[in-house]
Amino acid sequence: MTEPALLQATDVRKHFGEIEVLKGIDLTVKQGQVVSLIGASGSGKTTFLRCVNLLEEHDGGEILLDGDPVGYRTVGGTRKRLSETKISAQRARIGMVFQQFNLFPHLTAGQNVMLGLTKVQGKSAAEAREIADHWLGRVGLGERRDHYPYQLSGGQQQRVAIARAVAMQPRLLLFDEVTSALDPELVAEVLGVMQALAESGMTMLLVSHEMLFVREVSHHVLFLDQGRVAQEGSPSEVFDNPESERVRSFLGRFHGIFSR
Amino acid sequence: MDFSMAPGTFLFEAWQARASLLSGLGVTLLSSALSIVMATFCGILMGVALSYGWWWLKLLSRLYVDLMRGIPVLVLILFTYYGLALFGVNVAAFWAGVIALGAFATAHVAENFRGAVESVPAGQMEAAKAIGLTFGKRLYYVILPQAFRRMLPPWVNTGLEIVKGTTLLSIIGVVELLLSAQQQMARNYMIVEFYLLTMVLYLIINFALAQLGALLERKTSYLRY
Amino acid sequence: MIDYHFDWSVIARNWDKLTDSLLLGLWLAVISLAIGCIIGILTAYARLSGKKWLSIPVWAYVEFIRCTPLLLLIFFLYFGLPEFDVNFLNKTESFVLSLSLYAGAYMSEVFRAGLSSIPKQYVEAAKAIGLRPWQRQVYVVLPVMFRITLPAVSNNLISLFKDTSLAAAIAVPELTFTARQINANTFRVMEVWLTASALYLATAYLIAILLRMVERRYASIR
Repeated sequence: MTEPALLQATDVRKHFGEIEVLKGIDLTVKQGQVVSLIGASGSGKTTFLRCVNLLEEHDGGEILLDGDPVGYRTVGGTRKRLSETKISAQRARIGMVFQQFNLFPHLTAGQNVMLGLTKVQGKSAAEAREIADHWLGRVGLGERRDHYPYQLSGGQQQRVAIARAVAMQPRLLLFDEVTSALDPELVAEVLGVMQALAESGMTMLLVSHEMLFVREVSHHVLFLDQGRVAQEGSPSEVFDNPESERVRSFLGRFHGIFSR
Repeated sequence: MDFSMAPGTFLFEAWQARASLLSGLGVTLLSSALSIVMATFCGILMGVALSYGWWWLKLLSRLYVDLMRGIPVLVLILFTYYGLALFGVNVAAFWAGVIALGAFATAHVAENFRGAVESVPAGQMEAAKAIGLTFGKRLYYVILPQAFRRMLPPWVNTGLEIVKGTTLLSIIGVVELLLSAQQQMARNYMIVEFYLLTMVLYLIINFALAQLGALLERKTSYLRY
Repeated sequence: MIDYHFDWSVIARNWDKLTDSLLLGLWLAVISLAIGCIIGILTAYARLSGKKWLSIPVWAYVEFIRCTPLLLLIFFLYFGLPEFDVNFLNKTESFVLSLSLYAGAYMSEVFRAGLSSIPKQYVEAAKAIGLRPWQRQVYVVLPVMFRITLPAVSNNLISLFKDTSLAAAIAVPELTFTARQINANTFRVMEVWLTASALYLATAYLIAILLRMVERRYASIR
């Protein structure tokens, strides 16, 4: 490993009560890489993603973003939770796009994108508007700046959500099953935007069930099973040479998609 | 009822009583306004504690809310009035009443705030966290604007309850609208007429308050999605 | 406050008086709720009858009560009715009348909402087995409505119980009146009002718990 990793997770563990959902995840994302997490539902993919952005707190192991531990600092051997302000600052360096879009319904598309720029990054309204216009244009929604979320289709809402995340110029973008809540005919427009972002060199960590897309854009794929990494490698390694029966049967379900 | 203006008629007596009634009305409006402001301010703070506080803060505010819901307002008013004197705080009956009413309504506003905030989907808070907003900003820019419309109708109701509740201040001797009307009745014996007049005045105040609520709801209709 | 010395003997001496007056308040609340329920059901049907000459007066009654302070209503009926030569009510009965009228308006809204929320299929099923209109109401609609509205009725009972404190204003010897009397005679401010508050609180939550049990019982049938 010559390049320093942008995101370095080591032995990440997470319990919900008695249940251990993450049983030690190791993962590295380098600058400019697209890394994908695949696996059955309940395998811990989404939980891991949420730990990276501190929407959940991991209770074992370490997640380093640019070398800084996420959510904690270590004082004399014990872990201490960071202050609310520091956690917010860390989150601002990571963008996240959700399955359910989570656009702010009382704000227009443009205001959704501008909120973080003005209130977190302290940019002027004029500058923020310029940036918002730029990114809304990049996701093909320049015309819809003044529309409220309820006036947009699911696919358009998700593209606004992507613009909202990218406009903050995050070090890393997280995508949590962003096409799962969309009608099938709207999936392509969102994947198109994500592909363009990947090609522009954005560092991305994504959880997805769109196997064809994962195979095409990823540099590295991890197959998660019951809170562990069952197999990882380049897309062709994972998709063409599944090591275990579980990986094989999971990927087998998507066979129809590959042969499309 | 005789509607001529000769002495001994209702209109004449009402005209005679105008200054006292207006000052009573003023006291009613002032005590209502002060209690509503206090309840809104403290209620929102306590609502934040109820929804987002540390566990001990949640417990304390929950305890407060449940206490206030189980004790009659009149008892609170009497307790405050007689009790504050013991603390060496010599407050006028007016302030004892305002504090008691405000403390009572605080519990309602807090509970109402909690309900409204919890009606905002969890994803909104997460999205606000994800773009790096700090707690106060998440609340101010994302959660409150969405909760506001839901808070409005019960808030107007609390306002109505407070206005009606100010009549209880008459029991500790605050000359608000009800007591000033009663003082006039003691002079002119026009009991039915003056009670009806007082009722009409309360109807007007409360109707106006309800209209104000409806107006606010219309003005914020852009917050509907 | 620092040099206030608690002396609970005053409470012990007056305990029977306090509990008697508590029970009186509870009783007043229960009677008023019962009368209020009758007013409420009749007015709710009137409101939903679709006849304007019935629904508009009910609407006016409900809005009037909603905007009128209870204390004013109590005084008006107590001091005002004798002016119309209505003299047969003593102060307790007069208070029950006020509280019942008050409760009636709130129950009217509760029952109206309850009646409107009953699924049409129930009525259709009742028609299908040949029940006459009044039978449909008595055997099908009302029992379902009572189950739906039970939580709201319990909340109203607790509110009414707290409202019985206003009877003190016309010297009905319920808990607040008694507490105030003891307070005036003994100046044991903290003891008296802490006790009164605790008694109200305990009773209110006892009612809540009991009615929650009733609700759960019916919920399992629903």
